[in-house]
Amino acid sequence: MRSDFPVLPDGGASLPSPAGDLKEALLAVDPVRAGRILGDACAASSPVSCIEALVVPVLEEIGRDWEEGQVALSQVYMSGRICEEIVNTMLPPGSPGRISQPKMAIAVLEDHHTLGKRILLAVLRSGGYEVTDYGSGVTVDGLVERVIRDGIEILLISTLMLPAALRAKEAIARIKEALPETRVIVGGAPFRFDPHLWREAGADAVGHSASDTLATVRAMAGGL
Amino acid sequence: MTGGMTPAERAAVTMGFEEPDRVPLFLLFTIYGAKELGLSIREYFSKPEYVAAGQMRLYRKFGGDCLNPFCYAASEVEAWGGEVIFSDNGPPNAGRPPIREPGEIESIEVPLVEESPSLLFGLRTIELLKREVGDDVPIMGSVISPFSLPILQMGFAAYIELLYSEPDLFRTLMKKNEEFCVRWANAQLEAGATAIGYADPLASPDMTPRDLYRRTGFVVAKRTISRIGGAVATSLASARALPIIDDVAATGSVGIGVSTFDDLAAVKRQCAGRLTILGNLNAIEMCRWTPAQAEAEVKKAIAAAGPGGGFVLSDNHGEIPWQVPESVLLAISAAVRKWGRYPLDRVFI
Repeated sequence: MRSDFPVLPDGGASLPSPAGDLKEALLAVDPVRAGRILGDACAASSPVSCIEALVVPVLEEIGRDWEEGQVALSQVYMSGRICEEIVNTMLPPGSPGRISQPKMAIAVLEDHHTLGKRILLAVLRSGGYEVTDYGSGVTVDGLVERVIRDGIEILLISTLMLPAALRAKEAIARIKEALPETRVIVGGAPFRFDPHLWREAGADAVGHSASDTLATVRAMAGGL
Repeated sequence: MTGGMTPAERAAVTMGFEEPDRVPLFLLFTIYGAKELGLSIREYFSKPEYVAAGQMRLYRKFGGDCLNPFCYAASEVEAWGGEVIFSDNGPPNAGRPPIREPGEIESIEVPLVEESPSLLFGLRTIELLKREVGDDVPIMGSVISPFSLPILQMGFAAYIELLYSEPDLFRTLMKKNEEFCVRWANAQLEAGATAIGYADPLASPDMTPRDLYRRTGFVVAKRTISRIGGAVATSLASARALPIIDDVAATGSVGIGVSTFDDLAAVKRQCAGRLTILGNLNAIEMCRWTPAQAEAEVKKAIAAAGPGGGFVLSDNHGEIPWQVPESVLLAISAAVRKWGRYPLDRVFI
């Protein structure tokens, strides 16, 4: 996966080593180096504590850097993908160390642009979470039905265009009517351009980046 | 200068970095024409005559300074075999991408404009509009850049992975996309388009690190724009532009559409004398503006970027959403006439 168009590392100095080293390797899209750094750093600890101490803070900082215009979305995506692959080897899906509660799902509502969902899935899975992927092009009816059937406790709705963001309101209202305790986090471009839209949609929170969504999920999971 | 300029004269003067009679206003309507004609969006995009009629009505109603024959981004990927999904209240969207596996890049054929119904639709719309307005009103043609089109051709995530890990396939795809883009842009100019909007969101440092862009999308843009036989303005489709102003100027582009997240005054300083700025009203927030807010936003944008020309007031994405109230659009139009008249002294009060 290493780039043939080498990328200069951006702002990798703010985290102490090995976190700083890992961040630099991720932004340079260098999975071999990232794997080596994680392997060395985690040799003396459990996968879960290593993920908590190293992977999550680095991905959170990369997400913050994107919000501040310091790194590009392509780097955020590739960082998440690299970490997801490494974490999958350290902590395979379904292993007891994975965080399977509360029950979480993600969907792209009425759209087939999946980048936001892919980034979020990679970051959440890198954080050790099990997340059910409902896929893209999901309709309001389909989403409501699946969330109720699966008893989802935290739902992440990704949107790209304004009509889908507006349609989220109907989905959220119907889900909360059936499952009042379910928490819904919305994200996507319309919510970035209109900071009031998520409240209007009836969501419990908005995620402007994968890392702040991860932080929100952690806070919500702690309270459930 | 005094009033009485045609929209085309107004745009030409500002693009020459001089002050026309007032700041030009480009209201980039796409689906809004369906609302105006009382048609569903699918029906509206079934005949070029509807789109041309919608554009003319909106031009007269809201007093913009350009016509926008662009229908929807997915029409380009439709020519490549992609599907289009219609919505009741939003732009038709690209469905599943036509390139499912990177290996298909080698065999995918570059569509011919004359054999692509969705592109012929666009050309016919331009011809109809040209017949209506002649040279008095700019008709904005548009293309998706070869560098950004793969977002729709193969999906964003798959394309990012290609960009980082498959340089040979990336180059092959760029070669094909460049050919397509040049043919499509020049066909629009031949049909009567005044200039071409080059949509290149992936060029933004929000999307691609500048270092990588300089070695990929920038080179592609430079090559492509040099082969387009008319003026080209680059749009980053609401992504930030400020950090790559110098790069965009070096591609041969004469204008740049900037984001609502860009500092417009800083953009103006950076562009001065090189690129005309289009922007940067927040078209999503616009849906909930009051007329008074609309006036305040227009005034703020003109104060930041209007002095000296080189500025066209527009939204920051290239599309007025269906949900924007007419009262807001009328307020924008009135405000640009009130606060955008040169000289702009009153703006600074």
